[in-house]
Amino acid sequence: MRIYLKFDFKHICRTVLKEQLDSLGLKYTIYGVGEIEFNKIPTQKEEQEMTSLLGHYGIEIMDDQQMELVQRIKDAVTEWIHDEENPKLYNFSTYLSEKLDYSYTYLSSVFSEATYSSIENFVILRKIEFVKSFILQNNLTLTEIAFKLNYSSVSHLSAQFKKTTGLTPSAFQKIILKRKERALSQK
Amino acid sequence: MPLNTLNIALADDDEDDRTLFKEAMDEIKIKTKLSLFNNGKELMDYLILPNVILPEIVFLDLNMPIKNGMQCLDEIRNHPKLQDLLVAIYSTSSSESDIEETFVNGANIYINKPNSFGALKQVIEKVLQLNWQYHTSALNRDNFLLRI
Repeated sequence: MRIYLKFDFKHICRTVLKEQLDSLGLKYTIYGVGEIEFNKIPTQKEEQEMTSLLGHYGIEIMDDQQMELVQRIKDAVTEWIHDEENPKLYNFSTYLSEKLDYSYTYLSSVFSEATYSSIENFVILRKIEFVKSFILQNNLTLTEIAFKLNYSSVSHLSAQFKKTTGLTPSAFQKIILKRKERALSQK
Repeated sequence: MPLNTLNIALADDDEDDRTLFKEAMDEIKIKTKLSLFNNGKELMDYLILPNVILPEIVFLDLNMPIKNGMQCLDEIRNHPKLQDLLVAIYSTSSSESDIEETFVNGANIYINKPNSFGALKQVIEKVLQLNWQYHTSALNRDNFLLRI
């Protein structure tokens, strides 16, 4: 004999979740399919049990720690670029892995997985954002900005700006100034 | 954590261009939900609907019948609900004055329509990655200008 089945996956998932969480005696609310809120923060032991119980059904608890680490990487990048006192004698990967106490390879793979972009790209993007704000606020010359941000030369800065934004620094400046003029004239 | 789905809108009167754009979107890693519009008017009518989920990025062709890309851009920047939308102009024109004009009018991104499918995919991927960084890293959107 052969029978045919139809599944209601949402219902199955909810039932499994309910059964397992109830068995741990936790108070909770299920939102949608993939989110659970607990009335009380589970203890470490409860969390471990939950991980193994749900793991049995192929349900994985997603890792907030990863996102937190990505945020710490971003903060460290920003800090490193902003810190003018920092002579930047050693390279960025050493700085980052010392500061966060993980190998650069690990940090780099976590970052890429979470953002679809690399740490190196983020550093460049951050630097260019910094260049933009300098161009707009302080009326510094490009030479001064290049020195502040530790570029080897103005032409290196300009080339990276162009590569990242598709515009030259002066074209960028011109556009933003024109926008401001227009906004003022419309008031 | 994988990215949440990004909502994208494209207004282009050329059917082939719309299809190519959709196919390119489907092939990239970032998850997206694409809404297509045949011209600027359709897009604008949609955006001002009450309770509509606003797209993270709007791609606008410049030359369209009924309402062109420049008119849409203008309306978006002057509409209180829409003025913070990220706008990418998607056009065949590579005239420097056109490009500057669109940026001054408030476009964030100017894309010269690429002439190969591979290039189109790359361009879209770059735009979405960058958008994501602006989204999650507290970067100043007013200074978000990109030309590709």
